[in-house]
Amino acid sequence: MNLVIDIALTHVRYRVRQTLVAVAGVATGVGFSIVMAALMEGSQADFTRQLIDALPHITVTDERRQAPLQPAEAIFDAVEIHGLTPEERRRGIKNPMAIMASLEAWVPGAVAPATKTQALIRYASRDLAASVQGIDPHREPKVSMLATQMRQGTLASLYRANNAIILGTRLAEKIGARIGSNITVQTTDGANLNAQVVGLFRSGVRSVDESTAYVMLKTAQILAKQTGLVNEIRVRVADPMAAQSVAQRIERETGYKSVSWQEAHEDLLSAFVVRNIIMYTVVGAILLVASFGTYNIISTITHEKTRDIAIMKSLGLREAAVRRIFVLEALVIGVIGALAGWLLGYALTRALGTIEIKNPMIDATRLPLVYSMLHYGLAALAALGSSLIAGYFPARKASRVFPVDIIRGAT
Amino acid sequence: MTEAQVADQVHGNGAGEPLITASRVTRILPGVVPTTLVRDIDLTIGARQYVAITGPSGSGKSSLLYLLGLLDLPTEGEVRISGRATAHMSEAERAQIRLSMLGFIFQFHFLLPEFSALENVTLPMKALGELTPEAMRERGNTLLASLGLADHALKRPDQLSGGQRQRVAVARALANDPPVILADEPTGSLDSKSSEQVFQILRDLVDQRGKTVVAVTHDLDMARRMDRRIVLQDGSIVSDESGKL
Repeated sequence: MNLVIDIALTHVRYRVRQTLVAVAGVATGVGFSIVMAALMEGSQADFTRQLIDALPHITVTDERRQAPLQPAEAIFDAVEIHGLTPEERRRGIKNPMAIMASLEAWVPGAVAPATKTQALIRYASRDLAASVQGIDPHREPKVSMLATQMRQGTLASLYRANNAIILGTRLAEKIGARIGSNITVQTTDGANLNAQVVGLFRSGVRSVDESTAYVMLKTAQILAKQTGLVNEIRVRVADPMAAQSVAQRIERETGYKSVSWQEAHEDLLSAFVVRNIIMYTVVGAILLVASFGTYNIISTITHEKTRDIAIMKSLGLREAAVRRIFVLEALVIGVIGALAGWLLGYALTRALGTIEIKNPMIDATRLPLVYSMLHYGLAALAALGSSLIAGYFPARKASRVFPVDIIRGAT
Repeated sequence: MTEAQVADQVHGNGAGEPLITASRVTRILPGVVPTTLVRDIDLTIGARQYVAITGPSGSGKSSLLYLLGLLDLPTEGEVRISGRATAHMSEAERAQIRLSMLGFIFQFHFLLPEFSALENVTLPMKALGELTPEAMRERGNTLLASLGLADHALKRPDQLSGGQRQRVAVARALANDPPVILADEPTGSLDSKSSEQVFQILRDLVDQRGKTVVAVTHDLDMARRMDRRIVLQDGSIVSDESGKL
């Protein structure tokens, strides 16, 4: 066996206790960093999934990014005009069916129309502001997870009664409505509608569940007092991550404001960046502490082995070879520690995965965890890197031992 | 000149040819008060010599040995090994000469404690890397057997007596078959019986294997039985006489 490997492995083997302590340090660092990454990314993925599931991936609304020019401004662009009464424009997306047909031709996913209006929901003397959304029960399951989020009733229940309505579970709880309850829906324009509750849904997003109701598209148009009004086109794409680019293209082609789920939740997604920075800082700190252990062990070994180093050098071993011995020892600790850390990390992640979170408000669920080879690879790489650095400095110091100084001292 | 050429030249030398030459070698330890270890040493050591370096404590015996063995660098002057100037050699070049041409024996055996006697002996061979693992093991076992340690090859140093450890150290010094053995008080830590044994082994190295042995010793009786005695005092040679007394 190569001399350097031979000596390094012998040193490590003969210091079982010290080696195990160093290995345990690295393994703990690697293991916990894997668990942390699994938890953090798991919760992030779970949260993102809920966001994606709760809403369409892209919402095309009848708004524009910039307010359209008033006719006078469009004609006299070099003149400043004051006191004009702005032109009233008809609400809604023009030619919605034609736009939907053109989108269906190229968008990798599904498209559905919606009419959205704000209304006051009244029941048993309780009033609650809500967003009432008119949907097409046939198309809606293709663009949102609403069908799977139904807790009572189905989307088809909307056909069951005239003016049928589906409420968010929290909204229903707040006003005390149940399936079969007859509620009143009143818009700011004065439209009034008696509707029967035919279903309850829970998206998992509190704000949605306590302020959203679904009715038939036509019912919503009656509430909005505008026949044929479609003020939202909802799009669900096959790859949710591609939503942003698809939304940009839709906006370019239709001129209507097209908002992807990423844009709609920009603030939350940027919070993830901060969260990830915190996570990687903590993980880095864990591995750094572990590398101190390796540094300590290699320093101790080189200190204890000073005489042996002097003897090896006096016999003719070169500085580089001595340095390699101790760097290799650190690497051996790093490799064993990383492997043990993988096992520890996997075991801990599995154990965490068995914990059931029970909450009366939601269904029993388990901790969201992500098993990713990247986490294992990065943790091992960081452990090996820190071990290498932790080993290099004492190794360099050891290799520079001047044999005569040690031999003189020993004799 | 390549290492092989140097080795050939060394091994080809007849008796009396200079293997080690020290010219006006002075070693001063720097410090607030600089300490002169050896001063103006002129010395030539040929092949097949059993040389004693003696003198009172602090006279510079070990320092001179370390300078001759390229473990230390002279402040002034030069040490030549087999005619080759060493003053401007790199650390790696000096290490290579120590590995192939010089064997060291110290007062305290200085064996690596985690390794068996055989592994300690094969260590310089592995560092030189000229033999196959099988050849290294065979040569190591042969050396240990020639020193009466055939049954102790797999024992670690802590399982051996002081005399046995020193014999393992001798075997290690001979591992790469160097022409010169430098010994620093090789019998200093041994009882009289083991001392005599080690002395005879070194004697045989000169007489039977044609090695040159340079040994620092306090033991004047032992020094008298050697071929040449160099006496140091205050870092300078005060006497250099040849022939057994």
